[in-house]
Amino acid sequence: MRSLWEYANPARFIRLSDRVLPWITALALAALVIGLVWGLWFTPDERRQGATVKIMFLHVPSALMAINAWLMMLVASLIWLIRRHHVSALAARAAAPVGAVMTLIALATGAIWGQPTWGTWWVWDPRLTSFLILFLFYLGYIALWAAIEDDDTAADLTSVLCLVGSVFAVLSRYAVLFWNQGLHQGASLSMDAEENVDNVFYIPLLFCIAGFVLLFIALVLLRTQTEIRARRMRALLARERMG
Amino acid sequence: MIAMLGRDLALGVRAGGGFGLGLAFFLIVVTLVPFGVGPHPDLLARIGPGMLWLGALLACLLSLDRIFALDWEDGSLDLLATAPLPMEGVVSMKALAHWITTGLPLVAAAPALGVLMNLPAPAYLPLTLTLLLGTPALSVIGTFGAALTVGIKRGGLLLSLLVLPLYVPTLIYGAEAARRGAAAQAYGTPLMMLAGITCGAIALLPFASAAVLRVNLR
Repeated sequence: MRSLWEYANPARFIRLSDRVLPWITALALAALVIGLVWGLWFTPDERRQGATVKIMFLHVPSALMAINAWLMMLVASLIWLIRRHHVSALAARAAAPVGAVMTLIALATGAIWGQPTWGTWWVWDPRLTSFLILFLFYLGYIALWAAIEDDDTAADLTSVLCLVGSVFAVLSRYAVLFWNQGLHQGASLSMDAEENVDNVFYIPLLFCIAGFVLLFIALVLLRTQTEIRARRMRALLARERMG
Repeated sequence: MIAMLGRDLALGVRAGGGFGLGLAFFLIVVTLVPFGVGPHPDLLARIGPGMLWLGALLACLLSLDRIFALDWEDGSLDLLATAPLPMEGVVSMKALAHWITTGLPLVAAAPALGVLMNLPAPAYLPLTLTLLLGTPALSVIGTFGAALTVGIKRGGLLLSLLVLPLYVPTLIYGAEAARRGAAAQAYGTPLMMLAGITCGAIALLPFASAAVLRVNLR
């Protein structure tokens, strides 16, 4: 029977990802172009915020992916620790810089959005602070990967760091909620809520979110492939030096 | 385990200034604060609890890389790994020794330094209490960071980058409870949260520390 674990084989993984990567990339680009063009040019200005509201088409999807990237790393780390599939560890490694950049985009667009609407670039609001802390977690994770030479040791250590870091990231999230009240609005996108953003904004936003998700998947697949190939090359070079 | 604790304590006190160094660092940080923000008594009293917490945290951080470094270099860590004592016990005792040599002196010194920060009289009890409850968490979390980076040469900076984000919840609840206590408000809630974090860290983190230490010794 075919199962998902077959793709833990690096060769199978590369073959499959080679086949789907062009499609995912094309879909990501299409969704992003549709979402951004629609969102930026073909939506009305919001009544109070004017055209500034349109930065939401970058801010919301990147913030969403900043958290989801960490979740993906957490799952991949667990798979590595439990089932010892190298592809899983490499995927976690590949996702970290992408997640860090998403966090940075969310913070930067948030600051640009906050300046005209709140009158300040930065406040120590719980959501903003949590994102800054999340960014620090990404930095530590990436730095630990970079500091250790042996691949398996690095994969083990970063996986445990990811697990422990997740617990502390959640703790920090609730600690900053306790510590300060915020300016940031509550969630305005949820499956079950009565009040969401208006459909005029909602539909192009969905396209942008889909675009960011696909873009993230494409980048992670590509970076994982690169890692696998780089590792193969190192092994080949080492073998040549031996022989 | 007791013998190991005794050995680590003796080493901590006798070997090369590690014992007093954290305290001296704490003193220097607290002395520098008024130079940075100005000597106004009101301002110092307001930021005092937070600054003392930050100083204690940094002093704690400074001594973390000593937890495993010496034992790693001379090979005692490998012997400890093959000893009948479980690794979780080893790291717990290491954390405890670190707390006794670093955390406890900081707690004892904090009220004296509070005088320098012009703290009001009701602030001393909550400050000491929060530090007493919070520093064990700092030691245990720091031990995890030290275990992660033990195999890396010059891992000190990386250790700070890894450990400081993990210190966020402890610092928030600790400093918040100390601040509320200094402002004569009720500080039971943050104090309980702080105690919860400390208990959780003591109970769970030794397993993570032992796991990464085993990986590093592989």
